[in-house]
Amino acid sequence: MNWEWQVFCKNTLDGEVMPRCFGSGGEITYLDWMLSAWGWTLSVSLLALLVALLFGSLMGILRTTPHRGLVLFGTAWTELFRNIPLLVQIFLWYHVLPALIPPLRAVPSFLLVVMGLGLFTSARISEQVRAGIQSLSRGQRMAGLALGFTLPQTYRYVLLPVAFRIIIPPLTSESMNIIKNSSVAFAVSISELTMFALQA
Amino acid sequence: MLNLDFSFLTTEVLSAYVVKGFLFSLQLTFVAMVGGIILGTLLALMRLSGRSWLVMPAAAYVNTMRSIPLVMVILWFFLLIPLITGRPLGAEMSALITFTLFEAAYYSEIMRAGIQSIPRGQIFAGYALGMTYGQTMRLVVLPQAFRNMLPVLLTQTIILFQDTSLVYAIGAYDLLKGFELVGKNFNRPVETYLVAALLYFVISFSLSTLVKRLQVRISIIR
Repeated sequence: MNWEWQVFCKNTLDGEVMPRCFGSGGEITYLDWMLSAWGWTLSVSLLALLVALLFGSLMGILRTTPHRGLVLFGTAWTELFRNIPLLVQIFLWYHVLPALIPPLRAVPSFLLVVMGLGLFTSARISEQVRAGIQSLSRGQRMAGLALGFTLPQTYRYVLLPVAFRIIIPPLTSESMNIIKNSSVAFAVSISELTMFALQA
Repeated sequence: MLNLDFSFLTTEVLSAYVVKGFLFSLQLTFVAMVGGIILGTLLALMRLSGRSWLVMPAAAYVNTMRSIPLVMVILWFFLLIPLITGRPLGAEMSALITFTLFEAAYYSEIMRAGIQSIPRGQIFAGYALGMTYGQTMRLVVLPQAFRNMLPVLLTQTIILFQDTSLVYAIGAYDLLKGFELVGKNFNRPVETYLVAALLYFVISFSLSTLVKRLQVRISIIR
């Protein structure tokens, strides 16, 4: 095998090796490309994590409420997004939803990926939030309600502060998973780019 | 706007395109599960052996595999093996090997937890009866560890089944690829992706429901 690491220092246009590996004055090396791709990975992952935390917490909380309809909704959401492979979900966001809902065609594909990745992860986070809340003793909830708190107040002041502290470890591993899973999203978008390049 | 038309998905079309891919997805899941559990159990035993020359490589292998996205492993293996051996392996064969090696890391973590969940007294009892280390593991510890971890192992297998769709990256012919070909041939990608998602959902959901039932039954027996 013969390696050639200099490829990172090459100019993306003419293939000349740049002296300091970074391009200057409008010229771009492959290393520059990699760094900007790294930035994209991080921003997709962080935005998706935000979406996932938002929907995941909401659905996890719904699944622990005393209302059967809300529990059913949260469970259905979780099962839906947990039982379809991430790649298929990304395909749905890329190809199917814009075809069915015309306004989505104007949305940049970056955001579609963020939503796909975020909602996929929200199912896992909802499971963890539910487990965290259910691990608290039932007396906590009853005490909150007995003190005259409404149900939202019980969650806000009694249950959630403790539950979220418990689930910090699984949540951190889930945020690492999001970074790993973002590679799936890019497998799709990259192949799309090559398709465009072939068609052009 | 909702002009969905599923009429082109006839039995002939499905058996011509999809069945082949479906069988490969199942084969990949099964091979990676069996190979992964065997390899993973060996890795777990290495990590729990207490000998640093066994612990270190096993830990390094598991941690590396768990830190790299599956897509990257699939791609690297597919692209690197021809460079090393000098001849291409084929996408399907490459996927089978990659998934076995990759899932072994995850199964090994499950098996490690399972072996550690067995009280140490059981191991001492095995030794006291005059069994060797190998006999204690094979006859006393591993059977119980397997039974305790059966639901988790099966859940990981469901995740593995979903992950088989990632062989898309190297163009192997799996369930998703089959549906995609149908979509391209009939120019109906929207419908085929929807049906593919539905099929994946039905399979994974019914399997996970079965695993939940199994979990209840196992916990009652204990």
